[in-house]
Amino acid sequence: MSEALTAALALLVGLDAKLIEIVLLSLRVSLSAVAIAALLGLPLGAAIAVGRFPGRQTVIVVLNALMGLPPVVVGLLVYLLLSRAGPLGALGILFTPSAMVVAQAILILPIIAALSRQAIEDAWREYEEQLRSLGAGRMNAALTLLWDTRFSLLTTILAGFGRAAAEVGAVMIVGGNIDGVTRVMTTTIALETSKGDLPLALGLGIILIAIVIAVNATAYLTKELAQRRYG
Amino acid sequence: MSNGVILPLRLAEVSFAAGGRTIIDRVSLEIGSGPSTIILGANGAGKSVLMRLMHGLLSPSSGRIDWNSPERPGAPRKQAMVFQRPVMLRRSAYANVAYALKIAGIPEPQRGALVRESLESVGLSHLARRSARVLSGGEQQRLALARAWALHPEVLFLDEPTASLDPSATREIESVIKAFDAAGTKVVMATHNLGQARRLGDEILFIDKGRLVERAPVEQFFSKPQSTQAAAFIKGELPWT
Amino acid sequence: MIRRLLLLVVLLAALPVGAQEKFIVVASTTSTEQSGLFGYLLPVFQKKTGIQVRVVALGTGQALDLARRGDADVVFVHARSAEEKFLAEGHGVRRFDVMYNDFVLIGPKTDSAKISGGRDILDALKKIKAASAPFVSRGDKSGTHMAELDLWKLAGIDITNEKGPWYRDTGQGMGPALNTAAAMNAYILADRGTWISFKNRGELAIAVEGDKRLFNQYGVMLVNPAKHPNVKKDLGQAFVDWVISPEGQKTIAEYKIGGEQLFFPNAK
Repeated sequence: MSEALTAALALLVGLDAKLIEIVLLSLRVSLSAVAIAALLGLPLGAAIAVGRFPGRQTVIVVLNALMGLPPVVVGLLVYLLLSRAGPLGALGILFTPSAMVVAQAILILPIIAALSRQAIEDAWREYEEQLRSLGAGRMNAALTLLWDTRFSLLTTILAGFGRAAAEVGAVMIVGGNIDGVTRVMTTTIALETSKGDLPLALGLGIILIAIVIAVNATAYLTKELAQRRYG
Repeated sequence: MSNGVILPLRLAEVSFAAGGRTIIDRVSLEIGSGPSTIILGANGAGKSVLMRLMHGLLSPSSGRIDWNSPERPGAPRKQAMVFQRPVMLRRSAYANVAYALKIAGIPEPQRGALVRESLESVGLSHLARRSARVLSGGEQQRLALARAWALHPEVLFLDEPTASLDPSATREIESVIKAFDAAGTKVVMATHNLGQARRLGDEILFIDKGRLVERAPVEQFFSKPQSTQAAAFIKGELPWT
Repeated sequence: MIRRLLLLVVLLAALPVGAQEKFIVVASTTSTEQSGLFGYLLPVFQKKTGIQVRVVALGTGQALDLARRGDADVVFVHARSAEEKFLAEGHGVRRFDVMYNDFVLIGPKTDSAKISGGRDILDALKKIKAASAPFVSRGDKSGTHMAELDLWKLAGIDITNEKGPWYRDTGQGMGPALNTAAAMNAYILADRGTWISFKNRGELAIAVEGDKRLFNQYGVMLVNPAKHPNVKKDLGQAFVDWVISPEGQKTIAEYKIGGEQLFFPNAK
């Protein structure tokens, strides 16, 4: 084991080309996914938070439940969508990074929508009277709150990114784990471990853990700094 | 300043019930321009709810509330309200006031002057760039006043604006309110503080258990209260004035 | 509304795809990929034709199912009867033999069934059952799995009904199954290619080899463009033609691990 660990550290320090390629692809896929999920999920969360419509409570419950979607199930569903035999097969993006972005975006969209809904609803409780007094309509209020809760929302986005970067079930199925094309950190770790070939797996594992820690640290520090500066 | 366009405000047999309880019970009154009106009453008498009904944040369960000319939705508001606890956005003091102008549809080039004027009138110019939520309670409440004032409303509602403040901050707020009153804005303020009512008010509307019990000019109310409830209230509160 | 949202997500994600080089998708098996053959073979093909080959590695059964759904251009697997069925259903154009390797029976050094060094696979399987020695099966519809089931049948054992707790059906690829066998000190049927490149051997070693019945034939087929119009038939055909060409066959033979040749070309 320590032999493998030493070899892993050598790969890291030496900036092994294969390793870098895999890490960059992982970041590209998960960052794209979180960007899309944020673009769609933040307004969705804000709309649900300040909106009043029949069935609102059900929507909230369902959204919260969808946060726990198993990645491998999302992978299966997206595969069925993107397969040539499926409705969106003509797009031809199965087994490409684009499919992985789609799957991860779908996976983390509920997380971002549900958590932003919670943050904005809490803020709405505090601001509602004042904003209505100033004459702000619901749309204006939603936009104002989106900006006002920006630090909480950043934490939400980081949570989404962390979830995407760490999952393997969805990207394995829709990406096909193709060497040099759709092989990301998590799928490579799974593959190399199954081959009994540990150095690359360990090296990537170390990087993945480092990324997760960095993401969490950033979220924590952001909250602290924001509290101190903006109150 | 007040040209009486939205005043007078008329309440006709207004009631408000929530959670099975009647909080405002058949209140009828008219509020006209000119003298500052104090809504006086004990805690739980219904002052806050009455203020919110008048400002439009709540709808009455029965009865009518009519302004002289109704406000057009989307147009700048002619009435503003300052709450007991100021609610500021995570922005600078300047930006908070500018926000109110933005909502009102004031074009960007005109906002700067109005914001600076408002901050000046409450003595907060030196704190314009500071983050609003880290200001002290008194400073935030002055900022709330500046924000309400920026649009030069006809009517300024104030719901117990100094209840959470210490005496020196209270004095500062009261002097700002007096200045707005002198400038012609109609002031309608809820309070349970007798001394404050005397210092700031021209007329008193006394509320007890959701009913309008007595209405009189301020000196007459305190020297010769007509109702038993008012008399008891004044007597009960006196040691603490 | 949901459909529009989904389409929006997909379109947004499809944007960063960028330059589309010439490529084909080949559905193959995990054992072939993990042997490292593709890592050696494909760059040669790409250099010659400029076509990138993207291998999706699954079990043989899954690979064929993938092609049935039209998600691959070429299949490259090793399960004759399954391939013939695929062809008969009209999903493939024509089947070509490409290469063969063999299976080996791997076992723990402790050898509780006393079969080490033998050359008769059927005899070995009978002894394993008699001794109730732990045995790991892939159980995943793969070529190796199907070969294993065929061998039990040839040995006169109805394994589905006669198995006991000693028979561990794991449902995994070759690598993970070998890992499991190493951890349990169990017997396992593996293809020689994966075994040679497998590093986590523990106490395992080759117990039985060389029996003609352990012969493992690989076949390649172009997925039928008549049934699946999206198949890149020119590029796919170029790949099929190349692997059975003298140059492709020579390259396959050249692939060695530790000086040992893994696959033996036998295209006709």
